[in-house]
Amino acid sequence: MWNYSEKVFDHFMNPRNVGEVTDADGVGEVGSMACGDALRLSFKLDEEGRIADAKFQTFGCGSAIASSSVLTEMVKGKTLEEAAQITNEDIARELDGLPREKMHCSVMGREALEAAMIDHYKKLGRGVPCHLMQQATLLCHCFQVTKDTVREAIYNHRLEDIEDVTNFTKAGGGCTDCHHDIGDMLRDCWDKIDRGEAPAPKAAGPLFQLGEMPARVEVEFDPADAEIVNRIREHLAEDVSVALRSDGGDIEFVRYREGRVYVRLTGSCAACKASDATIKGYVETQLREFVRDDLEVVEVDT
Amino acid sequence: MTEPGNKSFNMMEGLPEPPAKGIYFDNNATTPVAPEVVEKMIPLLTEHFGNPSSMHSFGARAGDEVAEAREKVQALLGASQTSEIVFTGGGSESDNLAIVGTLHAKPRKKHLITTSVEHPAVLGLCRDLEKRHGYEVTYLGVDERGHLDLDELKQALREDTAIVSVMMANNETGVIFDVETVGRIVRENGSVFHVDGVQGAGKLPLDLKSSSIDLFSLSGHKLHAPKGVGALYVRKGTKIRPLIVGGHQERGRRAGTENVASIAGMGVACELAGANVTQENTMVRDLRDRLESGLLAAIGDTQANGDPDCRLPNTTNISFKFIEGEGILLLLDRVGVAASSGSACTSGSLEPSHVLRAMGLPFTLTHGSIRFSLSRYNTRDEVDYVIKALPPIIERLRLITPFNEQRATF
Repeated sequence: MWNYSEKVFDHFMNPRNVGEVTDADGVGEVGSMACGDALRLSFKLDEEGRIADAKFQTFGCGSAIASSSVLTEMVKGKTLEEAAQITNEDIARELDGLPREKMHCSVMGREALEAAMIDHYKKLGRGVPCHLMQQATLLCHCFQVTKDTVREAIYNHRLEDIEDVTNFTKAGGGCTDCHHDIGDMLRDCWDKIDRGEAPAPKAAGPLFQLGEMPARVEVEFDPADAEIVNRIREHLAEDVSVALRSDGGDIEFVRYREGRVYVRLTGSCAACKASDATIKGYVETQLREFVRDDLEVVEVDT
Repeated sequence: MTEPGNKSFNMMEGLPEPPAKGIYFDNNATTPVAPEVVEKMIPLLTEHFGNPSSMHSFGARAGDEVAEAREKVQALLGASQTSEIVFTGGGSESDNLAIVGTLHAKPRKKHLITTSVEHPAVLGLCRDLEKRHGYEVTYLGVDERGHLDLDELKQALREDTAIVSVMMANNETGVIFDVETVGRIVRENGSVFHVDGVQGAGKLPLDLKSSSIDLFSLSGHKLHAPKGVGALYVRKGTKIRPLIVGGHQERGRRAGTENVASIAGMGVACELAGANVTQENTMVRDLRDRLESGLLAAIGDTQANGDPDCRLPNTTNISFKFIEGEGILLLLDRVGVAASSGSACTSGSLEPSHVLRAMGLPFTLTHGSIRFSLSRYNTRDEVDYVIKALPPIIERLRLITPFNEQRATF
């Protein structure tokens, strides 16, 4: 049984703004019956360009219905630019949190909103802002990994299963919703590899360097914690950092105090809008799994 | 921020008040422990707590209890000897012991066969054997009614096939496999035949001694015994290596001090199950049929899954088109009804039921599937209550969904 918050239950039991706005300025549809979640979101703007009304229809679980419902409330009164700022975390926060496995439900809310906005801009004949277009090429929404990145990794390293793809690209390491897509992509790529139509793997040699420790400068911890700190650093260096570097980012260990691991994301991770998901969904999960299950990971500003 | 006025949509509208006592229709997941079983177990936890291996009367009493339970399990299964019964920690352990134990006893054979609709205890193990231990596994498919193709099995059998593992009845749909015929084919090939009988035991009559089954898994908590106890039937002469080593218990086939109270409880549960098999196939079957026909009549765009003429008497698996199972379960729970779903969202795996997918059901039907599994403790009033409570739930969820008969996909 999922541990849903009272607020999730409230929005599930009494969903707000069910249906479709008549004469909508934008309609967005994401998901499908096949993937088990689908959301149709429509909105109407007032004269000032603010969202006057928004309605939804959802095929999905309790939290999908709740996050759709709460999103329609959140966007009302906002301009499109303001509404575009709403993140998955905002939606989850508004619901007093969602179970980790259910974070993809709030991803769907934001995607539908973006799809509706794209629809709106297209209707107006205006260019679609680039931050909205990026969505279409994403495979893993939790970590914002594109299809191209995953395909390239499969070809370059001849990855054979989803676990490998996650280790190399992070894709699929969060909500796991894209595992189906990754599986399909693995099959496609291997069909091509078997037929000799795939690009050759990268030049021989070690795939990545192991054991390269993050910078040791400015590291703070109580000497009594030396053992746990060593284990954390080892895991960060050997696993986490390897995965992040394949994205052009990296992670630095900053300090450790009373079960809290302070880290800094660098490179492309630093600017990534999914950095919250990276920290909580990936780094923290990894450290809890392999080092100690009560560790909390905190991001330090760059 | 929040507009208080917009509360017009209330999921609970038209739903009945939940009954004082919850209605439990999820007996394929686990069952309530029978009062007679509890009664048997309590003194074995308090007064008669001995270790069966000990050389004193405490130990002797505990040993007697285990021996008595073994006889009762033997009787339910129709085994020829008590020595064919190995007590384990549950159904999953029995499946693991059967399959891994056989593979270890036949180290030169590297192939095994199972079906694509097995319980995760078998499927997950087979995937692990393939991935990490170099075994080759053939997964037999099923048709739209959930049945195996015996020709496919015949073609899959090889000289190096160590073991074939096929479930007696499916936990999700209740579809019963013809394990007797499967067993004869397997035996001709000289392979060991394992049956995961967790869902079948107690619901179908058993006579293992005159069957072609070599190994048969049983779980306590599916037949009103507690969780954490099970058994594996090992036909005399079938070689298996133990998984858990370190003690002489269970004739060296499962080390560890016997879980005396639970084993004794399972003995009583098996005795009760044997006495109630007829009731399962009359009273429980009638309740299930009443529930299924009532729901199919009351709700449109609905279908029952699995061969209706060859199912466990207690199970019905119904698909409700255009909606997702978790919402149905959450609302059913609000009105006091416990069931389960093949939907992806309820499992945490994000994959909908592998069983329904293997039967070729389209996604429109897999995500909205609900399994009701009854027991002899259910009543006609409970069935009638669910027939009344479910239609408004389905109706409400269908008002929210973007899909319908005209628009089945984006």
